[in-house]
Amino acid sequence: MGLNSRWSEHPRVQRRFLLFSFAAALIFLLLVLRLWYLQMISYERYNERSIRNRTRVLSMAAPRGPIFDRDGNLLVDNRPSFGISVMRQDVTDREMLLQRLAELLPADPVDLEARWKEGIRFPVYRPVPLAHDVSRETMERVLEHSLELPGVLTEVRPVRDYLEKGSAAHLIGYLGEVTESELEQERFQDYLPGDYVGKIALEKEYENYLTGHRGQRLVEVDVKGKLLRQLQMEPARPGNKLYLTLSQPLQRAADMAFGEQSGAAVALDVHSGEVLAMVSRPTFNPGLFARGIASDEWVGLLRDPRHPLQNKVLNGLYSPASTFKMIVAMAAMRDKMSTARRVIDCSGRFELGDATFRCWKKEGHGRTGLKKALRESCDVWFYQVGLDLGIEKLAAAAKEFGLGAPVGFPLPGEKKGVIPSKQWKREQLNAPWYGGETVIASIGQGFVLATPIQLAVMTAALANGGQVYTPQIIRRIEDWQGDILLQSEPELVRQIEYVPEAWAAVRAGLEAAVNEAHGTGWAAHLDTVRVAGKTGTSQVVRRKSDEEEEQESGDSAEVPYRFRPHALFVAYAPAENPQIAVAVVVEHGQHGGSVAGPIAKAILEAYFDKRQSATHHDGAGDDDV
Amino acid sequence: MFDRRLLTHFDWVLLLTVCLLAGIGIANLYSSTSGWNFIATPIYLKQMVWLCGGVSMALLICCFDYRHLEHFSIHSYLVSIALLLIVLLLGKTTMGATRWIDLGPFNLQPSEVIKIVMIMLLARIFGRTAHPLGYSLAEIWRPALLICLPMLLILKQPDLGTAMMLLFIAASMLVFAGLRRSTLIGLAVIGSGCSVAGWFFLHDYQKARIKTFLNPEADPLGSGYHIIQSKIAVGSGGFSGKGFLSGTQSQLSFLPERHTDFAFSVFAEEWGFAGCSVLLLIYLFLIIWGIYISRRAADRFGMFLALGVTAMIFWHIVVNLGMVIGLLPVVGVPLPLFSYGGTSMVTTMIGVGLLMSVSMRRFKF
Repeated sequence: MGLNSRWSEHPRVQRRFLLFSFAAALIFLLLVLRLWYLQMISYERYNERSIRNRTRVLSMAAPRGPIFDRDGNLLVDNRPSFGISVMRQDVTDREMLLQRLAELLPADPVDLEARWKEGIRFPVYRPVPLAHDVSRETMERVLEHSLELPGVLTEVRPVRDYLEKGSAAHLIGYLGEVTESELEQERFQDYLPGDYVGKIALEKEYENYLTGHRGQRLVEVDVKGKLLRQLQMEPARPGNKLYLTLSQPLQRAADMAFGEQSGAAVALDVHSGEVLAMVSRPTFNPGLFARGIASDEWVGLLRDPRHPLQNKVLNGLYSPASTFKMIVAMAAMRDKMSTARRVIDCSGRFELGDATFRCWKKEGHGRTGLKKALRESCDVWFYQVGLDLGIEKLAAAAKEFGLGAPVGFPLPGEKKGVIPSKQWKREQLNAPWYGGETVIASIGQGFVLATPIQLAVMTAALANGGQVYTPQIIRRIEDWQGDILLQSEPELVRQIEYVPEAWAAVRAGLEAAVNEAHGTGWAAHLDTVRVAGKTGTSQVVRRKSDEEEEQESGDSAEVPYRFRPHALFVAYAPAENPQIAVAVVVEHGQHGGSVAGPIAKAILEAYFDKRQSATHHDGAGDDDV
Repeated sequence: MFDRRLLTHFDWVLLLTVCLLAGIGIANLYSSTSGWNFIATPIYLKQMVWLCGGVSMALLICCFDYRHLEHFSIHSYLVSIALLLIVLLLGKTTMGATRWIDLGPFNLQPSEVIKIVMIMLLARIFGRTAHPLGYSLAEIWRPALLICLPMLLILKQPDLGTAMMLLFIAASMLVFAGLRRSTLIGLAVIGSGCSVAGWFFLHDYQKARIKTFLNPEADPLGSGYHIIQSKIAVGSGGFSGKGFLSGTQSQLSFLPERHTDFAFSVFAEEWGFAGCSVLLLIYLFLIIWGIYISRRAADRFGMFLALGVTAMIFWHIVVNLGMVIGLLPVVGVPLPLFSYGGTSMVTTMIGVGLLMSVSMRRFKF
């Protein structure tokens, strides 16, 4: 190598070259070891993270099961609802976006901001809902401007649609967002925040049947969350179909007949206990809850003195008043024939010790037997007979007919009412029983309290010869393919035994009340079908004397609304071969016959109209019960 | 003037190695930017143009006798310092840093120029004075000052990555020139003192990067995002990789900066541990070959020049890979011949030209 004087051939320098080469190799080895660690040892972990990076599980809401009436008329369905939400990870300028969106919706930017903040608890890739249930036009407007609104999504999800609005709202119930405490319970383990669940009544009690099974889509996305392709898909399974025992025409007729009045009405099939109509007034629109009710609307419903949120059929307690007289009459028939056959001369007043009890008819009914007493609702006859029987026998008969205990309707919170007895008064009020209290109880006033459904069960048992049925509301449940999951059977609670004459005599009295001259129930008279029924006028406030009870005279308009008596009417038809029993209460309706009677009549009319016009169809329906 | 021996001694090994690496890099760019339909000229084509330009430049430089550079080195150094000052005063600011001088058709990045010029200057200094026992602390204050001046100017831009590169290159050359043990200890003390003091002068984003490096999961969507996504990309490659054009991290854009600083992550994801090992072997070969050129150089200037250039390439590789696989904090250092970018290509190719020039002139007459 030429001149050999290279400095680089100095051994020290040669060693340095070698050292540098080794150092470089060593550092590269370090890099390779690190790669080994990442790519070989930690491969599983990073590979899983890369899959998680690019895949998303999108859940698809399952439509909730629809609700039908007994003949397959749709009562509750689902409709598409458009929602606006936002993918937070795609938003660069939040303030501007919310401002722009607020103009388009239109909405208050402060509200949008609040919704955004609520969404922070969700995972980043989960869209945050900003507006629920907007109109189609609004959605289209937002879509048109989607270029200025990065990250904003429009979503369609099924929302509950209550086709009958407020009709049977108390029975069907409504939905609300699942709460955090509910989410912690095991039965809500498949639910996600933001899901809607039944909050009351059937929507709540049958939640397990109605809710569908959420579908899932596994999709590949890019870094902006843009959907690239679908990897897997499990379709959503809709909820089961609920067929109620209700009949839509009856329900509509009852609602219509009520008009603006408050109260409750219920109609039962006397041979099965199936509820054909259930009305509680005033009502509310459950659709309001489906879109998230505004708080002032909610407070309005809560504070309304007419209690629109209460299901008065199950939870309203009323004195049964004269409708209770059928129980007294039955008790008399069982006791001794002499008791039932008593003829009393009604002078319009009844004396017991110092107290005077008045008949509603000031001038009196004259000579009155059982039939006339029921027909014209003579109070004096029942005062005397009730006193003869004593409170214990009255209470026993009332309890047989289903009063004083919950009837077993499949919704919680049903009231049991009050059938007083000596023991009851001792336990509740720690006081002895007085004869005067028996007198008052004989006309269904005083301590006696019952719910409209109890009155309906009582009337049905009288009509069908003593069969007390548990009221049914679910007829059958089918899954979305039509397979029957549940089919309800009539549930006989007890058979009440009376001699045939007892049934015939009391029924004749109720028949006469609707169909004969001087009958108090004339307002429910029908030309086509023979109706049997009993009126009732229930005092709201106990007043010192009975003097002001004389509402016949027409001065009733001066009584303030909240002190006006409730109007009651119970009926069954046809009288000779009963099929349907009805109980109606019109709160502060003043007078049973003239106010509650027409509502009962409207329900019966609808029932028999339908029977006539659709005999074939209904015949088939009866077969599968 | 033209010596025919230059042709016979032409370093084909070096040129082929460089072209092989650049070729792999371009294929990798083709993959990492295949989803980009929003730019007219594909990135990999642009990189090809840069490569052709770079190779031509290297060939041009190698024709030129490197020994003349020794005389220019001081002037070049002064000009570079002047350019760095101009950058600070008039430079173009992008993304919070002032690094470029706008020269119309292209931008000049003086911090890149100074890398080469510094290597030339240090080669001149160390080439002229031999200290068989190594430099003492008193003897190196002059070269140390020459290193520190541009470093400070670059830190001011701020560009921590390039300043670090400059330090590493200079330190490598210094160590090779020989240091006494006392000098090493003294420098270590001064260095650690400076780094503690320096923490207070770092910009917030630089501090954030270092903190993020120490614990990237603390802010997975913010400053930790780059490093987490890069590690996921590399790790999910496994042994054999997901296949060319099939890396999900890169193809679906989860990986940021995937055509520049994080190009290697794309390669690691698609080619796996096997591919990475081969690539690293080729890079290592390039480095060893550079040291080999230095060892065979005809004179001390050439030796230091070749060693400095090799150190420059080496440290770029190590720092970039260290950053991509989570061993070092994220400092914007490109992978030579692999990351997209004209500046990096030109700097590297000038270095390669110098290496070839030294290699071709290894024989004395």
